[in-house]
Amino acid sequence: MAGPGMVMYEEEFHKISAVIDKLVKDANAKVVFLVDKNGQMIAACGEVENLDTTSLASLTAGNIAATGGLAKLLGEKEFSILFHEGERDNLHISLIGQRVILVVIFDDRSSLGLVRLRVKKCGEELAGIFDQLMKKAEAEAAGVGGVSPFAEITDEDIDNLFRE
Amino acid sequence: MSFINYSSREINCKIVYYGPGLCGKTTNLQYIYNKTNPQAKGKMISLATETERTLFFDFLPLSLGEIRGFRTRFHLYTVPGQVFYDASRKLILKGVDGVVFVADSQIERMEANIESLENLRTNLTEHGYDLDKIPYVVQYNKRDLPNSAPLDELKKLLNPTTVPDFEACAVSGEGVFDTLKAVAKLVLQELKSGR
Repeated sequence: MAGPGMVMYEEEFHKISAVIDKLVKDANAKVVFLVDKNGQMIAACGEVENLDTTSLASLTAGNIAATGGLAKLLGEKEFSILFHEGERDNLHISLIGQRVILVVIFDDRSSLGLVRLRVKKCGEELAGIFDQLMKKAEAEAAGVGGVSPFAEITDEDIDNLFRE
Repeated sequence: MSFINYSSREINCKIVYYGPGLCGKTTNLQYIYNKTNPQAKGKMISLATETERTLFFDFLPLSLGEIRGFRTRFHLYTVPGQVFYDASRKLILKGVDGVVFVADSQIERMEANIESLENLRTNLTEHGYDLDKIPYVVQYNKRDLPNSAPLDELKKLLNPTTVPDFEACAVSGEGVFDTLKAVAKLVLQELKSGR
């Protein structure tokens, strides 16, 4: 397998939520969310009630993947920032620590300059938290006795999911 | 690469439907979408051309229910089957937990099946996966067509490692859920074994 899957713990989730919650306010943004590169939503803050965050996550990851493909073709390592400008809302997408994607949705209450500035600062903070998270997940995975809560799943549990 | 979220108590897994152009990958997802309870599914997204050929991917989020207090969610993706979209296909395999190879049973598509299967293996290898080691099932689609090849020939050519395989007719839905269940089960078993 190509490395272990992503794991999120309560403690880090709260730290991450606090950071992006602050970003919503500091950048005057409507919504901020974090997605892993495979398209899984990690956290979202702001006016998310009417947003289909699952779809947004998967399309953002597709977008980053396609842009990464373009970068490679041009001999670039990556394009770490994408910006989409709309009539009402704008989308600022940036890559953090090579593995998570930070998305900021903002309108004319904010500006690209402000968003870029705040995202940069927040990005460093988030990268630190994700580093920690990876180390913790690796340590737990290597821990004695296999701490995976799924180690105890029985075949019956799995079958039950599919019972009509 | 599954995503286990202890905070929201969710497991997220990614399943990719692979196969040659027009074999019925999108049709599989459409059938699943149409037959699933509204509360168990999200919106289906198709990034397709004007002629309804998949351009980048289709995406369908499904929620299967709880297992030991964790909600299991599966994200189903299809790849664009047409040969020249290989760069996009490769991208979609990133972080995959399970693969369904959808074969077109028609005799004249046999070469396309074999080519696509080889392409799957190559693209997985580039991401560091081995097709023989990841959760993987095969679906022989379009069994209802008069020009479909005999089953044992398909098995011999497309499933030499005898992974779970299913006959299907994605348009009418036959075999579609059997395929999905089988791959989802393998993915969960993999999770259980902790890799």
